[in-house]
Amino acid sequence: MKTRRRAELYGLLAEFDGPQGLLDAARAAREAGYRCMEAYTPFPVEEISEVIGARRLWIPLIVLVGGVCGGLGGFFMEYYASALHYPLNIGGRPLWSWPAWIPITFELTVLVAALSGALGMLAINGLPQPYHPVFNVERFKLATQNRFFLCIEAADPKFDRDVTRDFLTGLQPREVFDVKD
Amino acid sequence: MATEETRDLSSEALARPPVIGPGYNFTSITDKISAIVLRRKTSRGWLAGFGVSFAIVSLLLYAVGRLLVLGIGIWGVEIPVAWGFAIANFVWWIGIGHAGTLISAILLLLHQKWRTSINRFAEAMTLFAVMCAGLFPLLHMGRPWFFYWLLPYPNTMTLWPQFRSPLVWDVFAVFTYFTVSLVFWYIGLIPDLATLRDRAKSKFAWFVYGVLSMGWRGGSRHWRRYDAVYLLLAGLATPLVVSVHTVVSFDFAVSILPGWHSTIFPPYFVAGAIYSGFAMVITLAVPIRAVYGLEDFITMRHLENMAKIMLATCLMVTYSYLSEIFFAWYSGDRVEQYMEANRMIGPYAFMFWLLVACNIVIPQALWFQRVRRSVPLLFVISIVVNVGMWTERYVIVVTSLHRDFMPSSWGMYSGTWWDYATLFGTIGLFLFLFFLFIRFLPAISMAEMRELVPEAKVQEAEG
Repeated sequence: MKTRRRAELYGLLAEFDGPQGLLDAARAAREAGYRCMEAYTPFPVEEISEVIGARRLWIPLIVLVGGVCGGLGGFFMEYYASALHYPLNIGGRPLWSWPAWIPITFELTVLVAALSGALGMLAINGLPQPYHPVFNVERFKLATQNRFFLCIEAADPKFDRDVTRDFLTGLQPREVFDVKD
Repeated sequence: MATEETRDLSSEALARPPVIGPGYNFTSITDKISAIVLRRKTSRGWLAGFGVSFAIVSLLLYAVGRLLVLGIGIWGVEIPVAWGFAIANFVWWIGIGHAGTLISAILLLLHQKWRTSINRFAEAMTLFAVMCAGLFPLLHMGRPWFFYWLLPYPNTMTLWPQFRSPLVWDVFAVFTYFTVSLVFWYIGLIPDLATLRDRAKSKFAWFVYGVLSMGWRGGSRHWRRYDAVYLLLAGLATPLVVSVHTVVSFDFAVSILPGWHSTIFPPYFVAGAIYSGFAMVITLAVPIRAVYGLEDFITMRHLENMAKIMLATCLMVTYSYLSEIFFAWYSGDRVEQYMEANRMIGPYAFMFWLLVACNIVIPQALWFQRVRRSVPLLFVISIVVNVGMWTERYVIVVTSLHRDFMPSSWGMYSGTWWDYATLFGTIGLFLFLFFLFIRFLPAISMAEMRELVPEAKVQEAEG
């Protein structure tokens, strides 16, 4: 029964003209006790993600781990190749020639860190994701252009179709839409 | 320069020209930038430019095809000058790319808001320049189809690349540079691709931009991670601005040849790279803003700031030339001294003095504000610097190689028709890619421009 109800309605979406209106609305919704919500903006608005409820940011750690793996991996690949697997005796020069391995170590650090950061961001954001219920609202097209949206999701325990709709209407949006799932 | 900067800073709030023309809002910014891609009819000028550059790309394909069939004997390279055009072109193109990374990464970290309107196409310039650059070492190898031998991969010959060689460092440096620049550029494009998806009128455009934007919808949690990774990528790209040309300079400096074996090479190359890169950004920005009416986004302040960076790097490069001459004299090394004298009065003296004129003398005009604020003059100077920087690389490569330690092994070098065709062809390839970019992707970041509009400001919570 519950799944059916959710299948009908993903949530309610309110449209605002500017970031200030959206921010005020998000604050009000948070004070009213809503937690399952998301704000959609055409450019990043730092304050809003704080209000919406920011979880731990994993990106820096992913980049760090990627960089360390890239650097160590690069260095030991060079060590293994030049000193162990294919040692070349050139005029008795030392095989442990670590300074010569630094440029590639550095490059691989940057390369792996950058790739893991970018892929990590996409993965945690769940992208690519061709379908999402909010796209069902025709006017949501403006979320990437000039309008600001606040979506209170049906999954929220406090969510009630009529009460939440009245609440959102009270925040002076341009309009409130049903988001079909 | 110093007084000018001080004046700028002291009266910043009052007198600084804005980074965006007045009267813009979210809607008009989005309309104006996306219209170039989605609404405007393809102009005749674009078609003409695209056609011409495509013709030049065809010439490049022919020149490369001929090279693959007949071998690099069709170029002028020969012992003792085995590097010639190919390496000069490689260094030149790689250098041009550097301004894009500097604008997109370093200026982002320094909160230079004026970078916003030029960073997208400067990054595109980086990518296309590195593509052109990468062609030359590959073709110069003689058997380009074995290029993957440069990479460490498990192979039946149980061989490894020589990791102690600067040439292998170069492979990693350029590959990393290209990949990181591409990732940075693409991540920056995602929100704008979503805008294009949502504004597309045709089903086809909607589908293509939809796939490319990966379903971006601008959720605040997404933006937060996006911002974090964008900043970190900028931080990661920043050392690349310095390291790529440093590694390229190692190709020269690690050898023992007179004129190359010098510790000043890495900073000297990096300054030259940024110098030529900013020259190329101006060369591209001037026509783009005129043709597409983007004077409100790429303002005089942008051009003037870039001119100042050009002047600063010009002075660094000049200092490097002078210190090269000084150290040749001070070293007491006869071979070094001869190399330097030969550069100035030997058979390639014309190229050396052309370099001095283009890279040192003419850009001094940028000291004058009237020159920095004159679009035609800036355009001409930027072309002069591009020519000068190519000449510099030619002089570095050829004059050191053609007369080294032993007079019995001296020789002369000059490019053949096919050398010129390949160089010219890559310029065509660069423009060809750029025309495609301008037509099919937003040349200015809409998401970042929206942040510059007054209505984007929000107030902190009270109490």
